[in-house]
Amino acid sequence: MNLLVCISKTPDTTARIAFKDDFTKFDEGGVQFIMNPFDEFYSLVRAIELKEKFGGTVTVLNVGEPANDIVIRKALAIGADKAVRINTSPTSAFAVAKQIAEYAKDKSFDIIFFGKETIDYNGGEVSGMVAAMLDLPFVNLASHLEVDGTTAKLNRDIEGGVEKVEVEMPFIVSTAKGMAEQRIPNMRGIMMAKRKPLEVVEPVDKEDRVEILKYELPKAKSGVKLVDPDNIDELVRLLHEEAKVI
Amino acid sequence: MKILVYIDNRKNKIKKTDQELVYYAHLIAQKHGGSVDAFVLGSGEGAEVLGKYGADNVYAVAHDETFDANGISSAVKNFAEDKGADLVIVPFNSSGKPLVGMLSYMLDASSVTGVLNVPEVEESKLVFKKGVFSGKAFAYIKTLKDKVVVSLMTNSFSPEEVGSEVNVEAVNIPVDNKVKVVGIDKVEGKVPLPEAERIVSGGRGMKGPENWGVLLDLAKALDAETACSRPVADVGWRPHSEHVGQTGIVVRPNLYVALGISGAIQHLAGVSSSKVIVVINKDPEAPFFKAADYGVVGDLFEVAPKLTEAINKFKGK
Repeated sequence: MNLLVCISKTPDTTARIAFKDDFTKFDEGGVQFIMNPFDEFYSLVRAIELKEKFGGTVTVLNVGEPANDIVIRKALAIGADKAVRINTSPTSAFAVAKQIAEYAKDKSFDIIFFGKETIDYNGGEVSGMVAAMLDLPFVNLASHLEVDGTTAKLNRDIEGGVEKVEVEMPFIVSTAKGMAEQRIPNMRGIMMAKRKPLEVVEPVDKEDRVEILKYELPKAKSGVKLVDPDNIDELVRLLHEEAKVI
Repeated sequence: MKILVYIDNRKNKIKKTDQELVYYAHLIAQKHGGSVDAFVLGSGEGAEVLGKYGADNVYAVAHDETFDANGISSAVKNFAEDKGADLVIVPFNSSGKPLVGMLSYMLDASSVTGVLNVPEVEESKLVFKKGVFSGKAFAYIKTLKDKVVVSLMTNSFSPEEVGSEVNVEAVNIPVDNKVKVVGIDKVEGKVPLPEAERIVSGGRGMKGPENWGVLLDLAKALDAETACSRPVADVGWRPHSEHVGQTGIVVRPNLYVALGISGAIQHLAGVSSSKVIVVINKDPEAPFFKAADYGVVGDLFEVAPKLTEAINKFKGK
């Protein structure tokens, strides 16, 4: 199977988020970057599992700058065979999708994987954009994926249940919790990753359809009101009269 | 501005989230001028009521449950072009989420997911607010194209009645399914966490799955859904579908009650948009207290049953 896994670089989940230039830019100072958890835990691991079962190649693709190579090497250490980095800064979902579609259009991938969203901009749009650009079937929010011949059977977690779908390859999938379990790279994987190919591709023309004007931090809570554990009726009174939530 | 709202009516039921979508469109039309068309995928049964929440016209496309996201997006695209829609609004749920990216390309539109506000206009372009960094911040996003597709974050607006019922007009729109929907395994009776108005959530302080009774009792008294922190789901005390936080489900209920959750930054990211947060924890230094509106420092196994009793007493049970 010829599998493509698109990965993003995001701030670590524990990162404190700050902004600079009058709240118009994300302040990367002191921020540790990681592979987007949904891309790593679900997409990448499931793609590697399918390769282990059926044979084939797992290619990881990142749209980003040279500093992203450390994240790409981790994907190779976990078990991807080769990597491609499209050498441009990922300024918006549409800009990224256009680069991915341009790269993937003539490579005959059987499945193109995305995480359900990135944990920084929480868009979840790139997968659908690439599906529309390449006119390929799209399965979003998949929590389970099995391949049988040229057909894939997937589960989607939907409100109030699980939707079961079938699709012929090639197709595009965005993955969610349940798809696979996290894999920690071992020393052998890390050593081998250094010798695996990482191809740098120059971008096609950029197109942004949105622009971030400014950021805002959530308003700080005015301070917690503590209630004595021996006077719980007071908490009920506050929730009813003051907060008006019961 | 011509606004098109996509309503998933495949279960032949108009839900509060559907009313919210139409009411949101109404608020935009009221502020910037324009009309609201509701595009209902389904029989249209009960969809007349959307007129009350601000729809000028309601259209229903003959349905069956086998429509997949590819088919739905092609139907919405065809209908949006037919009606000359400038703004398409879809729900931020499993039905609407896949549509935004596809429609962005298909309609040559700008797109923003999980929007929270009635947009302002800047240089004749719409500016939307959305959560970023998984609840740790917000961004104001200017849409650069003339056409725009957005998904509305659930529980952002309380729908109000602003008009009267309208007739539902049946329409025939070509659809282009690409994925076969084989079936749906339903889980009955549970409100999806993103739509829940009240949530009671447990963390490692619960000490084990056998202790969940006190939490379930409190949830029942509050008529709330149940959730948990990531460590609890990871060790299998509760199903992953209950995991709330940055890498789980992001929620925004009116009331979030946390039992024995210390409040790691990843968990706070998933709940910080809740209207009111109540934290019960025996550790007065737990970081969650800083993000809470009300707190009780005490043993949850004593406090939670007392709270359950007090709520039942208040409700006259």
